Amino acid sequence: MTPLLSVQGITKHYGTHIGCADVSFDLYPGEVMGIVGESGSGKSTLLNCMAGHLAPDAGRVMFDTRKPSGDDAAGHDTYGPRDTVTMSEPERRMLSRTDWAFVHQHARDGLRMGVSAGGNVGERLMAVGARHYASIRDQATDWLGRVEIDAGRIDDRPTTFSGGMQQRLQIARNLVTGPRLVFMDEPTGGLDVSVQARLLDLLRGLVRDMGLSAIIVTHDLAVVRLLADRIMVMKSGRVVESGLTDQVLDDPQHAYSQLLVSSVLQV
Amino acid sequence: MTDQAYNFAYLDEQTKRMIRRAILKGVAIPGYQVPFASREMPMPYGWGTGGVQVSAAVLTPDDTLKVIDQGADDTTNAVSIRSFFERTAGVATTTATRDATVIQTRHRIPEEPLTEGQILVYQVPIPEPLRFLEPRESETRKMHSLEEYGLMHVKLYEDISRHGHIATSYAYPVKVEGRYVMDPSPIPKFDNPKLSGTPAIQLFGAGREQRIYALPPYTQAVSLDFDDHPFTPSKADHPCGLCAATDSYLDEVITDDQGGRMFVCSDTDYCTARQAAGHKGKDAA
Ligand SMILES: Nc1ncnc2c1ncn2[C@@H]1O[C@H](COP(=O)(O)OP(=O)(O)OP(=O)(O)O)[C@@H](O)[C@H]1O
Ligand SMILES: [Mg+2]
Ligand SMILES: [Zn+2]
Repeated sequence: MTPLLSVQGITKHYGTHIGCADVSFDLYPGEVMGIVGESGSGKSTLLNCMAGHLAPDAGRVMFDTRKPSGDDAAGHDTYGPRDTVTMSEPERRMLSRTDWAFVHQHARDGLRMGVSAGGNVGERLMAVGARHYASIRDQATDWLGRVEIDAGRIDDRPTTFSGGMQQRLQIARNLVTGPRLVFMDEPTGGLDVSVQARLLDLLRGLVRDMGLSAIIVTHDLAVVRLLADRIMVMKSGRVVESGLTDQVLDDPQHAYSQLLVSSVLQV
Repeated sequence: MTDQAYNFAYLDEQTKRMIRRAILKGVAIPGYQVPFASREMPMPYGWGTGGVQVSAAVLTPDDTLKVIDQGADDTTNAVSIRSFFERTAGVATTTATRDATVIQTRHRIPEEPLTEGQILVYQVPIPEPLRFLEPRESETRKMHSLEEYGLMHVKLYEDISRHGHIATSYAYPVKVEGRYVMDPSPIPKFDNPKLSGTPAIQLFGAGREQRIYALPPYTQAVSLDFDDHPFTPSKADHPCGLCAATDSYLDEVITDDQGGRMFVCSDTDYCTARQAAGHKGKDAA
């Protein structure tokens, strides 16, 4: 099977300082990868390099692009694994509003706060050419329901939503175009524990129902325990251990992983 | 007549050449916003310094200039711009649309169809149609270059969700020749159909924002809309009180302090010409 995403030797420096170094892994369709590590270990840097928000100094990010459907297929023979680091910016931006999704830690970074909930969800649809108001609205309503936001709030702005609702709205806005790969940076960070639990349940359901592949950055091991099939442990920009989630968490091999796991257990 | 303290049309030749280059680039890439180095003009920004600079760059001594503000030739703004060019360029001026070779306008397109050889110069306050939802200039520039215009429809979506219909009635965005989305300046959407396919050259100047853009003759400009909420160039559903025109854009005018009011053409030249030709509305004396 072709990996959906194949990350090969991704390295990013900030000046002489290491952001992340020589990270490689494969992600298969339907898999969820967790990236854990202490603050400053390079998790966000790696994620942003993969999602095209940062240009890595070295390495490749091979994404298994889809064959265009119908008439668009004619003349296109460039589908299949493509290096998204070197592909043209228009192509990469197109990917990021179709096959990719990015959920920010702070909902305000991923939402348009001056636009209604319905407009936020509808934006990606309109960005790929939807021009029928009623059907855009129907899909927005449907997605608000799927993230447990009352349909009656569709015309309200996210500024009137709670933190948990904003985060769920951000997820709806990202998933409405049926992406195949979701990048998440601390999706539950900054939320109350009870709100976190509900969001995690929701995410788990969506990932399972849509068969999503995802990469989740977090320093909360409970999040990866619940969502991730595999995890990578990062320290000082490098991956020090990786494997099946339960194996790494229950029987960490690297001294740093052991420290990470035990410090969590002590809390 | 010309005040010799000024160069022809106030601006020095080098500045006019720079502005003409921006105009030519704009004409070559219809709807694309060309940056230019806006100059201080002897009037405040809100008075249309962008339009004035464009007019100054295209005027020749043989031109006949008309200046309108909301369709009228006689507002303070229109009068002062007209006298500015009378003084600094010594050009002939007119209020008759058909006699003008250059028309500078704020907020209207004349009712009388424009013809080949005429130049319509718009005063533009905010040239960037994506600005309201995306304040970052670096990002809007990228959106234009990559034709990422979904955001324009988000604005129209918001309109419909709030008002039940597309409530945008001024500065209604258009897509030019299937490529650039453009803000036609705050003209009423009633005027939008006149933007498209006109034989005249249309030039847009934003002074404070330092942008020039253009529609060359016979350029297609399509108003954005949804399949189930098509664009409609609305207008009042009654005729002009003075000239009985049913095809013109009307302003509401208060006639006395007893709450009396009437609707008259906003294009004063059009209305006056119709009245002179014998057309008479119900409020005409
Ligand atoms: N824009 C930047 N300029 C310079 N250094 C940076 C920049 N962003 C991150 N770094 C540095 O790169 C390293 C990795 O940072 P990164 O943000 O990727 O860590 P992280 O694992 O996401 O941390 P956190 O859990 O706090 O979000 C850190 O040493 C950080 O200080
Ligand atoms: Mg981070
Ligand atoms: Zn009239």
